[in-house]
Amino acid sequence: MKTSKIILLLSVSLLGLSLCILASLAFGARFISFNEVIDILIHSRRTTINEIVVHERIPRTVFGIMAGAALGVSGALMQAITRNPIADPSILGVNTGASLFVVGGIAFFRISTPGEYILFASIGAAITAVFVYGIGSMGQGGATPIKLALAGAATSAALSSLVSAIILPRTDVMNAVRFWQVGSISGATWEGIVTVLPFLIVGVVLGLLSTPALDALAMGDDIATGLGVRTGVVRLVGALAGVLLCGATTALAGPIGFVGLMVPHTMRLICGPNLRWVIPMSAIGGAILLILSDVLGRLIGSPSELEAGIVTAFIGAPILIIIAMRSKVRAL
Amino acid sequence: MKTSQSLKANHIHAGYDKKIIIDGIDITIPNNKISVIIGANACGKSTLLKTLARLIQPSVGEILLDGKKISEIPPKQLARVLGLLPQSPVVPEGITVADLVGRGRFPYQSFLKGLGKKDYEAVEEALEIMGITDLANRCVDELSGGQRQRVWIAMALAQQTDILLLDEPTTYLDITYQVEILDLLTDLNRKRGTTIVMVLHDINLSARYADYIFALHKGKLISEGTPAEIITEGLIKQVFDLECSVIKDPVSGSPFIVPKGRHHVNYQTSSVTTG
Repeated sequence: MKTSKIILLLSVSLLGLSLCILASLAFGARFISFNEVIDILIHSRRTTINEIVVHERIPRTVFGIMAGAALGVSGALMQAITRNPIADPSILGVNTGASLFVVGGIAFFRISTPGEYILFASIGAAITAVFVYGIGSMGQGGATPIKLALAGAATSAALSSLVSAIILPRTDVMNAVRFWQVGSISGATWEGIVTVLPFLIVGVVLGLLSTPALDALAMGDDIATGLGVRTGVVRLVGALAGVLLCGATTALAGPIGFVGLMVPHTMRLICGPNLRWVIPMSAIGGAILLILSDVLGRLIGSPSELEAGIVTAFIGAPILIIIAMRSKVRAL
Repeated sequence: MKTSQSLKANHIHAGYDKKIIIDGIDITIPNNKISVIIGANACGKSTLLKTLARLIQPSVGEILLDGKKISEIPPKQLARVLGLLPQSPVVPEGITVADLVGRGRFPYQSFLKGLGKKDYEAVEEALEIMGITDLANRCVDELSGGQRQRVWIAMALAQQTDILLLDEPTTYLDITYQVEILDLLTDLNRKRGTTIVMVLHDINLSARYADYIFALHKGKLISEGTPAEIITEGLIKQVFDLECSVIKDPVSGSPFIVPKGRHHVNYQTSSVTTG
């Protein structure tokens, strides 16, 4: 990709993200004009109702950027590792594994703080990832994309039924996880953001470090080995990064589908297959998509709210169908 | 001129899972030459190449590069000496020719640094050698089979290795492109002294383009030498279980096999044999 095109793409997407951030601070049960939002942000007062409302919308907006970016990068990494264009944390069962551990934690260990959620979700995501990868690697040819996707789908189905089995008989747990289960960023707190941030930073750094090797892996394991890539190590590091990103996000927001699937796919169509660009662009694109979904949810569900996870599914499904129809979806 | 490194297999046994496919092979790849491994389907020729390329770990024995075990050489360092073009590599969707060839520079890249001046020079040179400079900005998906194979070989060339292993580089190509690819590999061998080892299906093209041939049968090396030395009716019978006449290739003078089936064998063989 040419440098001029990259600069143009980056400027356009960052401008888009800024507009989404403004919208996220302005729209809701109470509308505040963009001019006033900017004025309030500059002067940082908290006396009038509008000033308080804007400041209350900041944490969910910040968390929306982080969660969206994390899910976008996580999806890009998992698609690269499995060489499967439709792989994402939910298809590989990693989200469901995180959910099961959080729900189990709430039911049996009475966990309630963000730190505990992240711990349980990350362990659940990691165990599921290792399990799915292990099952998918059995037999001839190692972990092929198809075997991984099948193992992920089967595992995901089994774990979802376990989640239901834990929740259904327990009214208190059902109430605690009702909103969490559909995926929402409205409950974000500064405490949660600070707890989740280190996990996301580690995840992004590991992901960026493995991009050249993952690009080599895209041409097949044999070519990658011939180029000097330790394929097992790269898959492990990339998977660890993907699991951290989606596990930590899922812990606070609940399982948000489609972002990890749709965003990297769209970015590959726009900027080609090089992960060096796909990963940062997926971060920005994921943030835009999630914040936009959150804002739309507030407008559509007004005076109440529609959870962001429901909106991403509604935006994501038709877009994915269009993408699938327009381009040949095939092995990466 | 780079110093050439010698590649050797020391009594190796190898296979997939528990099935032994290579059953005790010792070979030394001749330096700066084109070697071809021939044999019937499932005789282990691809497995041997993959073992040489460290894609498969031998269960017994070692692959040695300049006397060093390749399993003990750091992968990136090894990848600067030993290159590989496997069968059916995957073309990433939407990738351009220049980008794909650039990925051959992985062994020279350090973390997060993009391609540098040296890398671009290597890519340009590889494109030029394979005659695809004008395709540099095209999408690989749009190219014909023959062009695509040239792009893959260019990627392996950008890796700038002394030794290049190719697994059936001409399979699925029209005869025109088969000859073209083998000519380009010969150019590479003559200009740069690159040691080339490949698996080929076509015995006559193997006999014409190879300096040295390894003939495999049921996981064992049964004959090796120059085509003129080893391509005989007896060897073809043993390796492929095929009756044939061996004549002189009217173009190159190398041995040329003419298979005998059950039909159409009534023509006077003496009138065919001209050399």
